Amino acid sequence: MLEIKNLHANINGKEILKGLSLSVNAGEVHAIMGPNGAGKSTLSSVLTGNPAFTVTEGDVTFNGKNLLELAPEDRSREGIFLSFQYPVEIPGVSMVNFMRTAVNEHRKYKNLEPMSASDFLRMQREKKELVEMDNKLANRSVNEGFSGGEKKRNEIFQMAMLDPKLSILDETDSGLDIDALRIVANGVNKLKRPDNASIVITHYQRLLDYIVPDFVHVLYDGRIVKSGGKELALELEERGYDWIKQEVDGK
Amino acid sequence: MSADILQEVTQNDYKYGFTTDIETDIIPIGLSEDVVRLISKKKNEPQWMLDFRLKAYRHWLTMKMPEWAHLNIPEIDYQSIAYYAAPRKNAPKSLDEVDPELIKTFEKLGIPLEERMALSGIAVDAVMDSVSVKTTFKESLGKLGIIFCSFSEAVENHPDLVQKYMSSVVPYTDNFFATLNCAVFSDGSFVYIPKGVRCPMELSTYFRINAINTGQFERTLIIADDDSYVSYLEGCTAPMRDENQLHAAIVEIVAMKNAEVKYSTVQNWYPGDKNGNGGVYNFVTKRGICKGENSKLSWTQVETGSAITWKYPSCILLGDNSSAEFYSVAVTNHHQQADTGTKMLHIGKNTSSHILSKGISAGVSQNSYRGLVKINPAAENARNFSQCDSLLLGDKCGAHTFPYMEVNNDTAIVEHEATTSKINEDQIFYCNQRGISTEDAVGLIVNGYAKDVINKLPMEFAVEAQKLLQITLEGSVG
Repeated sequence: MLEIKNLHANINGKEILKGLSLSVNAGEVHAIMGPNGAGKSTLSSVLTGNPAFTVTEGDVTFNGKNLLELAPEDRSREGIFLSFQYPVEIPGVSMVNFMRTAVNEHRKYKNLEPMSASDFLRMQREKKELVEMDNKLANRSVNEGFSGGEKKRNEIFQMAMLDPKLSILDETDSGLDIDALRIVANGVNKLKRPDNASIVITHYQRLLDYIVPDFVHVLYDGRIVKSGGKELALELEERGYDWIKQEVDGK
Repeated sequence: MSADILQEVTQNDYKYGFTTDIETDIIPIGLSEDVVRLISKKKNEPQWMLDFRLKAYRHWLTMKMPEWAHLNIPEIDYQSIAYYAAPRKNAPKSLDEVDPELIKTFEKLGIPLEERMALSGIAVDAVMDSVSVKTTFKESLGKLGIIFCSFSEAVENHPDLVQKYMSSVVPYTDNFFATLNCAVFSDGSFVYIPKGVRCPMELSTYFRINAINTGQFERTLIIADDDSYVSYLEGCTAPMRDENQLHAAIVEIVAMKNAEVKYSTVQNWYPGDKNGNGGVYNFVTKRGICKGENSKLSWTQVETGSAITWKYPSCILLGDNSSAEFYSVAVTNHHQQADTGTKMLHIGKNTSSHILSKGISAGVSQNSYRGLVKINPAAENARNFSQCDSLLLGDKCGAHTFPYMEVNNDTAIVEHEATTSKINEDQIFYCNQRGISTEDAVGLIVNGYAKDVINKLPMEFAVEAQKLLQITLEGSVG
């Protein structure tokens, strides 16, 4: 589904990704862990086309298409979803209006008619239950005045609405208490299917107790330096990152 | 990112930039007493109207252009402007007599006079340049005693009403541009709603400048007699021109006892090109008076056009318990400049006013809110609430707020709130990531920001206004 080869990217001239390669197939959950500043969030930004970052080298294909040539909105329409670490507030724009615009843009991309208001509201009702989201949130402005937990739940709600092929969860666990974490993780698990995939970016093992990864990768200094199964996450939790740094820097 | 997109925005050309090839009857350029007499003569006006024009002209000669606005106004040579233009085939009686070119122009603008207006229930007094070309629905309104006609027709057929109310709200000495209008006004609309009548449809006028170097000097007078109601819409677009065009209109509104008047404007005159060449200079004097007890006046404006806008729809709250509202969205892009706001003059007891102003600036434009809330000593228990918000797109534009308050009665409650915000790249990217293009994202955010004002517009206008906001700001993100 997603094939990243030797990806280099920088922001304001500073190179962050230094030859990252990763392959994600349908039905898989990949966890990406690593110390602060390793480039975890940069990876999510680059994959989604954030204009603040410049790709200098490497290829990314997504379902056979050259992802790097697509505009950010087209990457979304192709089925890439990012659950933001810090979702922004958009005052004055209601969640309903925002989501309806997004859903209909996705439909237009697939040459489908816009969704009728009643169908849309029905879908919204269903998906809200998935993350136990308050009815009132949908009538408020996008993320405005939402608590940290509400913002993250709202991200997963949007993910459910847009039904992506590849979801990137960027530190979705940060700022969540244990109940909110469980709700968010349950939502993600319910959305899992054999034909979609997720990349879960996290600092901590605890999210992976809820969202069980098929693969765990360690990102350090702009590259994936170690890959393994779920047990790697446990090892990292126990031993920290220093032994990996030593392994890499020692070479 | 911002540099690219700002550049992109500057490449959007005015979507209504075309001219219609109609033979136009223009009198020679320049302004003199003879020109004033000639205008009056061409319009077959009675002596009292000519006297009024001459009185205004002579006073205008003693006046200077105001310089207090936060505007950079190039020098205007009043002797290089033509002060009267009329389509040559005067006042056709039916659609067949209307110049087909003219009909096409309206169609290009999406204003087919017949079907759309009939369907949406709007009577249109279509003003193309100076002379009223066609009036619809006049008969059905006539049955209710409502008068809706061109100003010239009113002078001819209802001289008593015109003489009684014309210049009663905006005196001929009021200000430089208003006085100029009094001397040379070409035409406009006249509305009279009789006692106890609720006007059953939105009254609407589309204005359009369409002659090279022709100033537009409309004059509108709306009188709502006791216990009546009327909602009036004014919308305009103008064809592309290189020359600057002067526009100095007057709108006067009189609301008698228990009367309610809603006046809505969507203003989309040609704003000039991306380098600031051309565009309309829009110096408008709009004022209403809540003359009777419990009368109500509401101004709603969406200002997206003109190179320079100087406009302060105001209200004199004379009648006890009268109330006034001002809802405004002013958008400036490229080199546009706007200095707009309102004046609320509280004179009667228990009067209230509400001001909601939303400014949006993009490109290298300058957008100012200027407002005055004045509570007279006799205005017991006056109440005002003002909110002035500014939204910036990019970092080369300016937003300014000049609120003035003069409170001369201790029982008054006057409140003012102001905010400034900016559309940032994170908000745009967030929308992009959900599949929403940058253009649509700006439209979404701007319309969300302006919706409290847009919601005040009648339905047909609200849709048009939303589109206009988006068209005006296409690509402008910072």
